[in-house]
Amino acid sequence: MNPFSSGTRLRDMIRAIRACKTAAEERAVVRKECAAIRTSMNENDQDYRHRNLAKLMFIHMLGYPTHFGQMECLKLIASAGFPEKRIGYLGLMLLLDERQEVLMLVTNSLKQDLNHSNQYIVGLALCALGNICSAEMARDLAPEVERLLQFRDPNVRKKAALCTIRIIKKVPDLSENFINPAAALLKEKHHGVLITGIQLCTDLCKVSPEALEFLRKKHTDGLVKTLRDAVNSPYTPEYDISGIADPFLHIRLLKLLRVLGQGDADASDAMNDILAQVATKTESNKNAGNAILYECVETIMSIEDNGGLRVLAINILGRFLSNRDNNIRYVALNMLMKAITVDAQAVQRHRATILECVKDSDASIQKRALELVYVLVNETNVKPLTKELIDYLEVSDQEFKGELTAKICSIIEKFSPEKNWYIDQMLKVLNKAGNFVKDEVWHALIAVISSASDLHGYTVRALYKAFQTSSEQESLVRVAVWCIGEYGDMLVNNVGMLDIEDPITVTESDTVDVVKIAIKHHALDLTTKAMALIALLKLSSRFPSCSERIKDIIVQHKGSFVLELQQRSLEFNSIIEKHQNIRSALVERMPILDDATFSTRRAGSLPAAASTSSGASLNLPNGVAKPSAAPLVDLLDLSDDLPAPSSSGGDFLQDLLGIDLSPAPTQSGIGQIQKAGTDVLLDLLSIGTPVQSSSPTTDILSSSQNGKSPIATLDALSSPSSLSAQATSSARAVPMMDLLDGFGPSPLKPEDNGSVYPPLVAFQSSSLRITFNFSKQPGNPQTTLIQATFINLTPNVFTDFIFQAAVPKFLQLHLDPASSNILPASGNGSITQNLRVTNSQHGKKSLVMRARMSYKFDNKVTLEEGQINNFPKDLAS
Amino acid sequence: MFYIMIQFVLLISRQGKVRLTKWYSPYTQKERSKVIRELSGVILTRGPKLCNFVEWRGQKVVYKRYASLYFCMCTDQDDNELEVLEIIHHFVEILDRYFGSVCELDLIFNFHKAYYVLDEILIAGELQESSKKTVARLIAAQDSLVETAKEQASSISNIIAQATK
Repeated sequence: MNPFSSGTRLRDMIRAIRACKTAAEERAVVRKECAAIRTSMNENDQDYRHRNLAKLMFIHMLGYPTHFGQMECLKLIASAGFPEKRIGYLGLMLLLDERQEVLMLVTNSLKQDLNHSNQYIVGLALCALGNICSAEMARDLAPEVERLLQFRDPNVRKKAALCTIRIIKKVPDLSENFINPAAALLKEKHHGVLITGIQLCTDLCKVSPEALEFLRKKHTDGLVKTLRDAVNSPYTPEYDISGIADPFLHIRLLKLLRVLGQGDADASDAMNDILAQVATKTESNKNAGNAILYECVETIMSIEDNGGLRVLAINILGRFLSNRDNNIRYVALNMLMKAITVDAQAVQRHRATILECVKDSDASIQKRALELVYVLVNETNVKPLTKELIDYLEVSDQEFKGELTAKICSIIEKFSPEKNWYIDQMLKVLNKAGNFVKDEVWHALIAVISSASDLHGYTVRALYKAFQTSSEQESLVRVAVWCIGEYGDMLVNNVGMLDIEDPITVTESDTVDVVKIAIKHHALDLTTKAMALIALLKLSSRFPSCSERIKDIIVQHKGSFVLELQQRSLEFNSIIEKHQNIRSALVERMPILDDATFSTRRAGSLPAAASTSSGASLNLPNGVAKPSAAPLVDLLDLSDDLPAPSSSGGDFLQDLLGIDLSPAPTQSGIGQIQKAGTDVLLDLLSIGTPVQSSSPTTDILSSSQNGKSPIATLDALSSPSSLSAQATSSARAVPMMDLLDGFGPSPLKPEDNGSVYPPLVAFQSSSLRITFNFSKQPGNPQTTLIQATFINLTPNVFTDFIFQAAVPKFLQLHLDPASSNILPASGNGSITQNLRVTNSQHGKKSLVMRARMSYKFDNKVTLEEGQINNFPKDLAS
Repeated sequence: MFYIMIQFVLLISRQGKVRLTKWYSPYTQKERSKVIRELSGVILTRGPKLCNFVEWRGQKVVYKRYASLYFCMCTDQDDNELEVLEIIHHFVEILDRYFGSVCELDLIFNFHKAYYVLDEILIAGELQESSKKTVARLIAAQDSLVETAKEQASSISNIIAQATK
């Protein structure tokens, strides 16, 4: 059997695969082939090894797994003959990559082949090493490669040079050894060796400052001469590309000169003349010539300043920019981006042309041009540029709109000279591409609107008008609904007319219509509808005449399948119906949002949002004191990053999450806290501050301070679940309000259990107080026994009272059953519950705990929660 | 990850079939299929008059269509796209000379030879040889080494066959 006749069978396999009409057929053929190849491999069939690997490579290209063939590559590489090695190395490069352990096994074969007497075998080994070597292999084989840089045959030298590039990138420490042999390659006449040598020197300069210094001192002049010879060389058919002898060599020389000239005036000086020659003499009617010009421009821009040369370079780019060839225009835009740091004025001159490129039909060019326009914007040209971009927004492709919108918004935010202009432009953007505007952008817009008190009337009227034409633009609708809720009265009464405005006549009923349309619109999502409901509630107070109508609209949602909307509908309805007296106080205009706070908050971005929303519920915009802060969001967020819970963990969480819905979580669920997987608990504690996870305890505490900033509510607006927290709490406030007064906290009566630790008020709200008494068993300092005492401060009896606690990983928590689940009213009795906390980091970390209480009164479940981190210090020592 | 001039080379047919892939920076098998899928989606749908560059995941893919095949090379944002176009053309011309007016079928049935040619043009993602003649000479020399080995092997097997008759 002829071992080299693999071509015929490989051909047959390829034909069979190509003949397949469906993917299933193809899979079947491949499966059959793979099975045959495996069998053949298992029999260690040397004759077919060559052919098997070739087939595997083809199968690999089709995307099928071929890892079982990896060892075959090694066997072929270890064979003696050139044909086996050739296909073996090819397979190695194709089927393996540098991260596979198998690769280490080939180091020895590579070493032998690098020392082989046949130069083609040396070439194969160098090629494989250059393409896939790992850091370990680089260290092991660097001496061989270094030697081969001086090999007699140029074919080996050039391969060794490129192989060295891979080695020094993998192990920069090795670069020192290569500086001299690499520099020697710069004097070569053979183009292959010369271009690879230049490339190697360029990369050496990048990893080694010594190499850069050495080459700059000793070789700048030589390289300039080499470039001059290349530029002036007569026609050589071997290297000619459209009239230029070896453009690849030109480009590599220009690259290396750029590296040498950067930051060095002398070296830059030495290359000025030749750069000027290249810039002026190179033919620019073919791609090859333009490639050289492009490289030359970049070098001129990068080396030390020479005014004359830079003018030349910018002029070349100007010519490129007006070229009909899309490729050339694309690279011109690309390079102008770099040139802008060097000579912004010169680039500004091409602004009109660049703006035209934004409107090109080629997506790549559009994108480049938009980036460039973005950096060209400044205070003086922001108005005309923004106008052009917004005008284009209307006709641009759908795929481009998102990017364009983001850039326009960013420009408006960055350079807006006055608020009036900002609001006008943003409204235009919302009008044309509201569906592409990101949440944080319209949040920011609302903050600006809020702070521009003299423009409230103008803005709400403009939004009203915009809504009539573009009610399908989601974020426009949201901003409009928000503003109408806040400033609806200004819309009707034409308050704060600006000179430029035409008066409009809008009735109260028209205003309600707008919100009604917004809420009816099927495409609109939950957030918009929820915002619309709030707006309606506000309007009901601002327009008493429409109150009945508004109630009807709100009531329509009491059967909504979305819990959020249903809840709002019911609660708002009850406010309108039963609590007229407090309604106007509840729906007062939001306090002015502070731009500065908003932008710092924005910089802090989303991670702060969770704590923000709990802060918001502490200090509601409508000025209602709120008895119980229930930052539901925090707990609900858990569902996103749950590790796969164990069965008991699942129960526990379900209890935690389901508390709002199923009123009576079982006691057993609490007993399982300990087993519930500490990861979950850790998550509980760190939620809200995933970024600053170093201080998981801060979020709750800081929220009470952050809560002062009204902007917090704005953030809260964007997330439906936090809305629920806000809305529920405001509703709950109603029955509680009159109850609160007159109940001062009843004095504490901590039981003295003889412990040396002071008792701690672990939690106190307007309705509930929890006191901890501590004790320790002698000889077991890690474990703290806690007796928790719960006291009800309200005149209602709490039933189904449940206390739950969570601790971070280093703590272990055990809860005994509580003394009762009914908490008598007004402090006439208490519930006690014993807790046992074991601190595995005793002496290093102090105790910390997150607690959650749920109870029922008036058939309503209430949740409260808090973090306890003021445990007595001496507990942990 | 360090800078490599050409991260990978792809040959994709107009129907989206992969004809050659060469990866100079590490991509897992999964990433590779994803790259191929995404890029063929982008490149095959671009119109004929548009520029030959596509920006993609912070990198730039330079592509050019020759008959039914798209030759793609992925390069860094900062590299010379026009030169990469020249490298593609260089590769195509060498293939053309080697196969004698190359067509897609040549590259399917002799895919390994296309790889051998590429290995004489690029190593470690960098250009190795600017002379088409030199590449052709080196490939021819190695092909003849294989031929010689074949002949020897067949003559040996003939001798063995004779002897065992």
